[in-house]
Amino acid sequence: MALLGYFSSLNPLNLLASLPGNIAQGVIWGIMALGVFITFRLLDFADLTVDGSFATGGAVTVVLILAGVPAPLALAASVAAGMLSGLVTGLLHTLLGIPGILAGILTQISLWSANLLVLSGANRAVNVDNYKLIVSLRNVNSAIITATVIVAALISILYWYFGTEQGSAIRATGSNPHMSKAQGINIDSMKILALCLSNALVALSGGLMSQYQGFADIKMGQGSIVVGLAAVIIGEVLGEALFRKRMNFWLRLVFVVLGGVIYYLVIGVVMWLRMPTDLLKLLTAAIVAIFLAVPYLRAKAKSSFALAGKRGAQKDA
Amino acid sequence: MLELKNIHKTFNLGTINEKKALCGIDLHLKEGDFVTVIGGNGAGKSTMLNAITGVWPVDEGTISIDGVNVTAVTEHKRAEFIGRVFQDPMMGTAANMEITENLALAYRRGERRTLKWGVTKAERVHYREELKKLGLGLEDRMSVKVGLLSGGQRQALTLLMATLRKPKLLLLDEHTAALDPATAQKVLELTDSIVEENRLTTLMITHNMTDAINHGNRILMMHAGNIILDISGEEKKNLKKSDLLQKFAELAGVQEETDSVLLS
Ligand SMILES: Nc1ncnc2c1ncn2[C@@H]1O[C@H](COP(=O)(O)OP(=O)(O)OP(=O)(O)O)[C@@H](O)[C@H]1O
Ligand SMILES: [Mg+2]
Repeated sequence: MALLGYFSSLNPLNLLASLPGNIAQGVIWGIMALGVFITFRLLDFADLTVDGSFATGGAVTVVLILAGVPAPLALAASVAAGMLSGLVTGLLHTLLGIPGILAGILTQISLWSANLLVLSGANRAVNVDNYKLIVSLRNVNSAIITATVIVAALISILYWYFGTEQGSAIRATGSNPHMSKAQGINIDSMKILALCLSNALVALSGGLMSQYQGFADIKMGQGSIVVGLAAVIIGEVLGEALFRKRMNFWLRLVFVVLGGVIYYLVIGVVMWLRMPTDLLKLLTAAIVAIFLAVPYLRAKAKSSFALAGKRGAQKDA
Repeated sequence: MLELKNIHKTFNLGTINEKKALCGIDLHLKEGDFVTVIGGNGAGKSTMLNAITGVWPVDEGTISIDGVNVTAVTEHKRAEFIGRVFQDPMMGTAANMEITENLALAYRRGERRTLKWGVTKAERVHYREELKKLGLGLEDRMSVKVGLLSGGQRQALTLLMATLRKPKLLLLDEHTAALDPATAQKVLELTDSIVEENRLTTLMITHNMTDAINHGNRILMMHAGNIILDISGEEKKNLKKSDLLQKFAELAGVQEETDSVLLS
């Protein structure tokens, strides 16, 4: 009876109405996911800086807009701030020999303080009525279009960049550092370059997000690495399923962003079902863990010790 | 072409794991020398190659390549002069990049990585010709990811990558040890033809005495961080496996039985 009441209280129109907003958020987070894709997939470096640099992007953008700087310039400044964050992680790792994950965490923690300083508090609002913003949830349709145009431009640039000598050298560094050194590639510089590029994208995404939601918050980046990974992985699984061998680099980038959109659509449904939002992060982490585990478990299912033991026992019998 | 003067290297200095791996190596290679290097496990062969490529700085001594003192030069900068093939077929290539991309990376060894396109059309034609010479049919699979190739194919590709841009020095560290005998033979033949065609100065480490005797114009034997034997010219041509084993026993002062275990 209670169940019936619950279902009859769900209004499909509400879901429909919330979808565009989720799509807009998904596209904006997709930019962040492109950054995660660069480090996690191309460089083979799990960079935790992003939780900090996402909020840095938001903080810098909002504070500058409030100070009267035009929104595009404010975004450019966030991008620079993101690069700087990546540079710090890169230097901690290459120059000071700190393991990659720890280097990212150290930068992330310091950015927490830096962001508090920039915001002079835990959050700052920017009202779309008083300032000219690039995207805003007040006009979701235009936000989707603007964000999509930005994404298209970014994907083109990334596609070009990773086809150049320098981009190839970054990919080689991620694929095989031994070989890269033997081929005269300065793998330390390549790691730093990739970290700068990645965090620039993450901060850009944070800057757009703060405009979209109308405020920057010290906590807006918390757990963003997991959201980014979720987008990368969902995109990969979907892309492989649809295109299989025809997945080229261009499609991989597109599917990373699509992964972000799908992630936010799922979130939309979860919210619509009125599941407790406190559980969202748990759910996301579970999804990422499952998708990361599946390829491993699949390989194991084909050849495990237990199986080998069973086969041996059958033979003996 | 290569000049090693009094090279010393000790690992884990001042700990209980202290290991003197190179004890004053002196070596001079003339241009076009093809030198094979033999010696038991832990003799210091790989360490000598690592010293030349600059994996770490040496403790003492100087290294010059073609008259340039590179003792203070870092590994990736020295790569400009050096082509390398490792023992592990996985080490020399980037598994999740295409054959063409791997070759293009190697073709730019020693150059700055700019924002120019990573592989040009003209290069592709060139690579196809070079791949044909390997005789493995790789010229028809140029856009395949290297991770899908067999160990032997990867080793042949690594050899091509090491020599695509003519190096001043080619260093081979047991590059056929992980291959089956037939493939190892094929890769060795390729090595010979590439070295000969480009007149490359080469150092080749091997555990196979017969290979060490049959290839190159000079043979070095290492033991406990020293070069204990250096034979070239006519004497090398007439060398037999039994001679080597006997010399090793005399110089290293080890029993002959253990040597054959270590060396063959
Ligand atoms: N990076 C390192 N750290 C510590 N010890 C090392 C290192 N590299 C080599 N050694 C030690 O130096 C000695 C020489 O090793 P090396 O690898 O040069 O031997 P090798 O002649 O190549 O032997 P093999 O035929 O087994 O490859 C060995 O005792 C080895 O344990
Ligand atoms: Mg060795």
